[in-house]
Amino acid sequence: MSDVVLELKDLHTHFFTDSGEVPAVDGVSLTVHKGEVVGVVGESGCGKSVTSLSVMQLVPNPPGKIVDGEINFKDENLVHASKKRMKEIRGNEIAMIFQEPMTSLDPLFTIGNQLIEGLRLHEKISKKEARNRSIELLKLVGIPRADQVVDEYPHQLSGGMRQRVMIAMSMACNPELLIADEPTTALDVTIQAQILDLMRNLNKEKETAIMLITHDLGVVAEICDRVVVMYAGKVIEEGTTREILKSPNHPYTKGLIRSLPNMKQKEQKLYSIPGTVPKPKMGRVGCRFAPRCEFAFERCFQEDPELFQLENNRSSRCFLNDETEGDVTKNAETTIRN
Amino acid sequence: MLPKMPKPLLEINGLKKYFDVKGGVFGRKVGEVKAVDDVSFTVMEGEILGIVGESGCGKSTTGKSILRLIEPSDGEVKFEDQDITHLDPEEMRKLRRDMQIIFQDPYASLNPRHTVEKIVGEPLLVHGMTSSEDRKKRVKELLEVVGLSGYHASRYPHQFSGGQRQRIGIARALANNPKLIICDEPVSALDVSVQSQILNLMQELREEFHLTYVFIAHDLSVVKHISDRVGVMYLGRMVELTDKDKLYEDPKHPYTQALLSAVPTPDPDEVRERVILEGDVPSPSNPPTGCAFHTRCPRAMDICKEVRPQFEEVEDNHFVACHLYT
Ligand SMILES: Nc1ncnc2c1ncn2[C@@H]1O[C@H](COP(=O)(O)OP(=O)(O)OP(=O)(O)O)[C@@H](O)[C@H]1O
Ligand SMILES: Nc1ncnc2c1ncn2[C@@H]1O[C@H](COP(=O)(O)OP(=O)(O)OP(=O)(O)O)[C@@H](O)[C@H]1O
Ligand code: SF4
Ligand code: SF4
Ligand SMILES: [Mg+2]
Ligand SMILES: [Mg+2]
Repeated sequence: MSDVVLELKDLHTHFFTDSGEVPAVDGVSLTVHKGEVVGVVGESGCGKSVTSLSVMQLVPNPPGKIVDGEINFKDENLVHASKKRMKEIRGNEIAMIFQEPMTSLDPLFTIGNQLIEGLRLHEKISKKEARNRSIELLKLVGIPRADQVVDEYPHQLSGGMRQRVMIAMSMACNPELLIADEPTTALDVTIQAQILDLMRNLNKEKETAIMLITHDLGVVAEICDRVVVMYAGKVIEEGTTREILKSPNHPYTKGLIRSLPNMKQKEQKLYSIPGTVPKPKMGRVGCRFAPRCEFAFERCFQEDPELFQLENNRSSRCFLNDETEGDVTKNAETTIRN
Repeated sequence: MLPKMPKPLLEINGLKKYFDVKGGVFGRKVGEVKAVDDVSFTVMEGEILGIVGESGCGKSTTGKSILRLIEPSDGEVKFEDQDITHLDPEEMRKLRRDMQIIFQDPYASLNPRHTVEKIVGEPLLVHGMTSSEDRKKRVKELLEVVGLSGYHASRYPHQFSGGQRQRIGIARALANNPKLIICDEPVSALDVSVQSQILNLMQELREEFHLTYVFIAHDLSVVKHISDRVGVMYLGRMVELTDKDKLYEDPKHPYTQALLSAVPTPDPDEVRERVILEGDVPSPSNPPTGCAFHTRCPRAMDICKEVRPQFEEVEDNHFVACHLYT
């Protein structure tokens, strides 16, 4: 596959706050190809949303700023794109479903107003046509009484209905790249399945590239081709969905998968990775996961692990994959087995 | 385990909430959305009752009506044997110390102009913790309990990620050691590791302080893990309610069966038989006659179109509203 739609190269997005510089996105590289669905998972606060907002150039500035790196959308580095160009791109070539619908739905306008405006911005159609299209779109995402909802305000809708309005908006303009930030968190599983189907159709029929941020590993298994795992502002593991879910390499990914509640077992207490994410700050050395990692050894606290390339296009940012660390690796493997 | 003689802490009888639908140039009332339409259930002290159901079926409205954050149109809400539907605002305010809610949309429910310190400390102040030193300490404690840190206290909501905001809402609800917490999708934005941390915490608090929860969520494995009993809602009504094991092993209502079959699993090799629901989701302003599910039910019979099935105990402790079992 060579049709790269989105390529992030060593992206750094920082926040300049009163209490110092926060490297929320700390050197993220990833690619999304045409017709591909890439899942992005990772600890709450690890920089997933800021990464996607960076692509859209929507990081609030100040305090946020892309300080380094490239965002290549096809042949264009968006870091240098003009405001005017970005406006053209947003909602047209790249659409985004935001994590919290209320951040992007205007409480003062009806659902119809917002959908119609969006449609007419990108297509020359009459108000009436746009209204009909809006109602169709609402029906498509499974909203009942769409002809009434179109005249209602966001606060009159349930959480999941708002989320679906956002999804309807994002799909309206046949984007080349869809960034979906936790698009189904507020949806019950039957509607979720319906929305995932819609996304899959968009992906198959129009070859839309999708970057799907989610914490739901079930959703990942369902729809993603590849998975990128992030931790503390960095990509720490990457691979095909099957490999990541079946045989995770990085200790964080392993912990994540172990934490899943399982419908079949009846354990009282769930596993959870001990400790919490350290405060993001500048100039940190060593593996970001070391304070919580059961396999950590001396080197982990002294050096930043690189992203080790493994077979099958997999990669993992963990020293246990370094062949020069023979002994440690063996020890770790015995620990895992026990 | 529950104590020997559990007492009901919360009793809901015939709860209804209808919203007006306005239309036309004059914004006149043209109909009603029957968001909650005759829902009854009881929650025992120290119990966790899970509520699941289709998006828009009235779960959040039920939760908010219980606390009277929106006024129910009809029905009775009893908390510790007291009917609270007629309490005046001052009495209600006092009671809210014991009854808390974690809102579904953290972004909309946290005041953007207040620091986290103020947001989490506010309920402490309202209920009498006047020393700002004490409040600071307690806020720090609460933040740590939900996996955030003391240094987060001076920040504003927009400076947090979605999952971090959700945890601020949890910290605020826990502030005054309430007796009952209505949790509306409390972990939906959290990655599974933080999620399991919060779920373990909620269970610990339940054991330690005998806390009671109504736990609204769409993640069925989470609900199964945390709940004692689970209720399933469809279009404003409760359609099934029973112990969690019974519900998951022997779901009776066709909607519950469809719901359980649609859960995505993280195992890429698992093949499952899925019940795909046909037909459009019906409108709560014009619900189907008879059984509200008949337009999509794979097992619908003639009677289903005409007669609304009663919510009845079909087996020991297993309530279902469906003609298949009567
Ligand atoms: N405006 C801001 N000012 C300062 N820090 C910020 C701001 N916005 C975000 N951050 C910080 O940046 C980090 C990354 O946030 P981001 O929203 O990308 O996380 P996330 O991976 O999407 O998490 P979640 O899964 O909880 O949504 C967090 O630690 C957050 O506190
Ligand atoms: N303030 C309001 N005014 C008018 N209608 C409302 C209002 N709040 C909710 N509704 C309607 O009531 C119904 C139930 O909404 P509710 O928020 O309770 O659903 P829910 O079960 O919580 O759904 P979700 O899982 O999507 O959060 C919806 O049809 C919604 O449009
Ligand atoms: S590099 Fe070291 S600390 Fe980091 S994940 Fe690997 S073993 Fe653990
Ligand atoms: S009452 Fe009839 S339509 Fe309703 S769930 Fe039962 S079988 Fe289906
Ligand atoms: Mg996020
Ligand atoms: Mg809701």
